[in-house]
Amino acid sequence: MSLLELKNVTKCFGGIVAVKDLSFSLNDGEIAGLIGPNGAGKTTVFNLITGVYKVTEGIILFEGKDINKCDPVSIVRGGIARTFQNIRLFNKLSVMENIKTVLFREANYNFAQVLMKTPKVVKMERHLTERSMEYLKVVGLEQYANFRADSLPYGLQRKLEIARALALKPKLLLLDEPAAGMNPEESLALVDLIRYIKEQYNLTIILIEHHMDVVMELCPRIIVINFGELLIDGSKEKVQSDERVLKAYLGEEYANVAGN
Amino acid sequence: MEYIYGVISVIGIEIIATVGLSVFTGFTGLFSLGHAAFMAIGAYTAAILTYFYNVPFILALLAGMLMSALVSFVIGFPTLRAKLRGDYFAIATLGFGEAIRVILENLSITQGARGLPGISHFTTLPVVAIFSVIVVWMTRNFILSKFGRNAIAVREDAVAAEMAGIDIFRVRMLSLVYSAACGGLAGGLFAHYLNFIQPAMFTSILSTQLTSAVVAGGMGSLTGPIIAISFFIAVPEVLRVANMWRLVAYGLILVLIMIYRPSGIMGYHELSFASFKNLFNRKAANQSAGGRRM
Repeated sequence: MSLLELKNVTKCFGGIVAVKDLSFSLNDGEIAGLIGPNGAGKTTVFNLITGVYKVTEGIILFEGKDINKCDPVSIVRGGIARTFQNIRLFNKLSVMENIKTVLFREANYNFAQVLMKTPKVVKMERHLTERSMEYLKVVGLEQYANFRADSLPYGLQRKLEIARALALKPKLLLLDEPAAGMNPEESLALVDLIRYIKEQYNLTIILIEHHMDVVMELCPRIIVINFGELLIDGSKEKVQSDERVLKAYLGEEYANVAGN
Repeated sequence: MEYIYGVISVIGIEIIATVGLSVFTGFTGLFSLGHAAFMAIGAYTAAILTYFYNVPFILALLAGMLMSALVSFVIGFPTLRAKLRGDYFAIATLGFGEAIRVILENLSITQGARGLPGISHFTTLPVVAIFSVIVVWMTRNFILSKFGRNAIAVREDAVAAEMAGIDIFRVRMLSLVYSAACGGLAGGLFAHYLNFIQPAMFTSILSTQLTSAVVAGGMGSLTGPIIAISFFIAVPEVLRVANMWRLVAYGLILVLIMIYRPSGIMGYHELSFASFKNLFNRKAANQSAGGRRM
């Protein structure tokens, strides 16, 4: 059964059609790359899946359920987590607290217990600290646990975002340009990390990325969109040799040169 | 001596209101220009109960807190549900604050603008001290729990918080109700300290004083606003000899804070034994985010 299914999804902003009649589905355990030129509507697709935007037409099914009408909070709780193209961490909190924050649903104390600081609260907080440490270890940030999130270098902030998304215990993980601003070695390490978390946490992943080496390394399947429309959806070999993809990225003339 | 005790009592009372507002403004990131209204509601509720109905002081205080919390729900529900943007929300609270004051001026049980004289003097210095220590301690517990972290997350990035499964409306509502309850408690204590209340005591000037204490003291800090409100009350008293000039000094202090400490006296940090140690160990201070821990 497919985990995620988009059926004829269209999204308009006023007169601009950002996503047009887009359909694709994703099976459990798959990892797919979502690529396309700038402004193709990739992030809009993520925003539609996570409920930030509502679709204009069409439906989005997650585990067979229509999530069009759901608010973002219940979609996250249903098992879809994401990272952001422009990093959105809780800057003034420490690295550890960023993770602890999203683990709030594991803390089963109530408000009155908090005000009185009962032993249960103390114990639960300690438990949350240990749990967040586990996630920090996965992405290798444990030695930065007490640093403020905005004091980390860019690449580590991206890793923290991934750890934070993991802590939400998602089934489907949407990564929006995780390798942006990373050098080749760093993006190689990122590929290993993504592979590791996918196996470890049984994830299904959609990856938006402009670093083609990262996409080709990770994704057996690639979905290409251009001007909000599906251009091609297939194996990476098929996409690599497709003329339309070259045209979309390089323009008509250059595609001819490259084709020859 | 009597006089010094008096000033300290007022400081203690205002600390309770300021710490509550700090949760709402400093930690949750929403500005209020009407928090004096919550003090007014708490003051009138508690005073009416002890004055007309001989209700025990402590129960009257609790009733004042409860009433403030209920009223905050009435203003919070429509505005926070609609996710009013920061400045619009501040204007809504300004209107709310004035509306409450006008209502108090026109009710018969509050005796209108004449106010309520002859309220029993139950608020002694030890009473204030006990309540302010409890409130500060509880607020600290709040901030260091999941509820506090959720509030900070909403202040830092509401979109990311929502994408982390945090219900923004509930978080903001909880902070508002908590701060209103603190305001109500402060109001109840205030009424039984002064023995007299009238609506003119709870104008937007008081609201502004509370909000500027939070901002000058530092967003995301508890100790900062406590220091600031203590200054705000103590400085005019100390400068009473300077007569007219004290208001100038008051303004000057605010301007100096804005120039030299734009994020407030203690912005995003707490005064603690740990922070004194950090002062001697600059390297550690620069690297760690530990300042937030108390």
